[in-house]
Amino acid sequence: MTSVFGRFVSKVREINHRYREPKIKLTKWTRAILLTLRVYLFFLVGILVYAFILNVR
Amino acid sequence: MEPDGSKPIRPSGRNSVRGLGLVPTLYYHYRRFRKHLAILLAVIGPGIIVMVADNDAGGITTYMVTGAQYRYSFIWIAILLWPVAYVCQEMTVRLGAITKRGFAEAIFDAFGTFWGWFSLADLTITDLLTIVTEFVGMTVALSIFGVPPWITVIIVIAFIMAILLNGRYWTWEKIVLALCAVNLVYVPAVFFVHPDLGAILHTGLIPGFPYGFTSPVLFLIMANVGTTIAPWMIFFQQSSVVDKGLKEKHIPYARLDTAIGAVFTVAVAIVLIVIASYFFGGTGVNVPDAGTAARLIRDVNPFLGSLLVIGLFDAGLLGAIAVSLASTWSVGEVFGWAHSLNDRMGQARWFNLFRLTIMVIAGLVVLVPRAPLGLITLFVQVIAVTLLPATLVFLILLLNQEELVGKYRNSRIQNATSGVIVGTILVLSTLFGIGTLFPHLFGV
Repeated sequence: MTSVFGRFVSKVREINHRYREPKIKLTKWTRAILLTLRVYLFFLVGILVYAFILNVR
Repeated sequence: MEPDGSKPIRPSGRNSVRGLGLVPTLYYHYRRFRKHLAILLAVIGPGIIVMVADNDAGGITTYMVTGAQYRYSFIWIAILLWPVAYVCQEMTVRLGAITKRGFAEAIFDAFGTFWGWFSLADLTITDLLTIVTEFVGMTVALSIFGVPPWITVIIVIAFIMAILLNGRYWTWEKIVLALCAVNLVYVPAVFFVHPDLGAILHTGLIPGFPYGFTSPVLFLIMANVGTTIAPWMIFFQQSSVVDKGLKEKHIPYARLDTAIGAVFTVAVAIVLIVIASYFFGGTGVNVPDAGTAARLIRDVNPFLGSLLVIGLFDAGLLGAIAVSLASTWSVGEVFGWAHSLNDRMGQARWFNLFRLTIMVIAGLVVLVPRAPLGLITLFVQVIAVTLLPATLVFLILLLNQEELVGKYRNSRIQNATSGVIVGTILVLSTLFGIGTLFPHLFGV
């Protein structure tokens, strides 16, 4: 079990290393779109957490 | 050169059919047609499967509720969704055929690990929950025929794994295409209800809101859009194109495959709206889901009701097959496992184990007494909304990288069209997600 978990962790590290640098050409537009996506994502996750807290209460 | 890159078929020794008689010219066109048809039949598959599987158990519920509540009024929305589905899925065809890699791998490579892990984790969770809803649809359908849920779950999982035993993509695809044909049982079913074509043409095809533009109407429109475009579809079709080995020369045929699939999706959606409208429109009967609708229709018309039950089961089965593959293919690509349907069970053991695990978990959730299935359905919709914007935006960004897709990059018109479509979907799906979490905002 430990070795399976260890192999999984090392595989994840390998993937993180392999895809460390985004290969897309980062123009101003692309940067702006990716930033907007991050903000949008945090907004949605915030709403999800808020709804969850309301439901638990 | 022909569209597929091969040399054109010409009558002996000629470069043109000009100057030939009628019979040789006709023969030339016949040979040409036969050749294109043969290639099309070989390429056809991923587009039809993804589109027909999109009409899964949840989708069928959405269409039946739409027809039961608003009769033919929103058939135009289903028609409008045809180009929407086509534009989104066509981009995956180009990306898959040119890059020869799945969408998850493309995201990791182009956008780095943050977006890569986010997409992979979100896709896997959404798919797992979606498969739960597919199992719910299948168990409800077969329980109408008296089959206990646990038997349904075991048979379905065994079937889904068994169709991979052969270790050949083609075999798998033929079986799934046969299931897609079964999904079309809804189409002849519409002739049993003798729909009022005049009313369909007058109220269904002309865009408008005869019931007013109220919050519940907006919510239902958003549900229809949400059921037509889902993140798993993008991941599934691209991986499927890659696994099938489609190349650049096959793109025109794969586009046609996608367009035909989109027609099937819309046809089934319209037929379901018409059937639900015929039986429940204006009656005030509450139709919460497709299973209830099929049961009620079966009480009135046993043959038609049974057809609907079979269709619901088939929709759930197709959905489970496609959705489970979308995430399994994606995880396999990223982790570097053998992940082709051409691999034998033993060769792709992690791939098959992962898929089996997903389905067993989903099946067990359905069998747990008093499992919060309503809550799960709610979360499927909301979590899918968190992934959809990123998926569609990444798709457009990748299709604008000339060094990645060369001459198949999006044109300005394609960017404008897909930009408008994606923008609209984003607004509607975000509102849908918020409306699902806070129903009082939409009065539903």
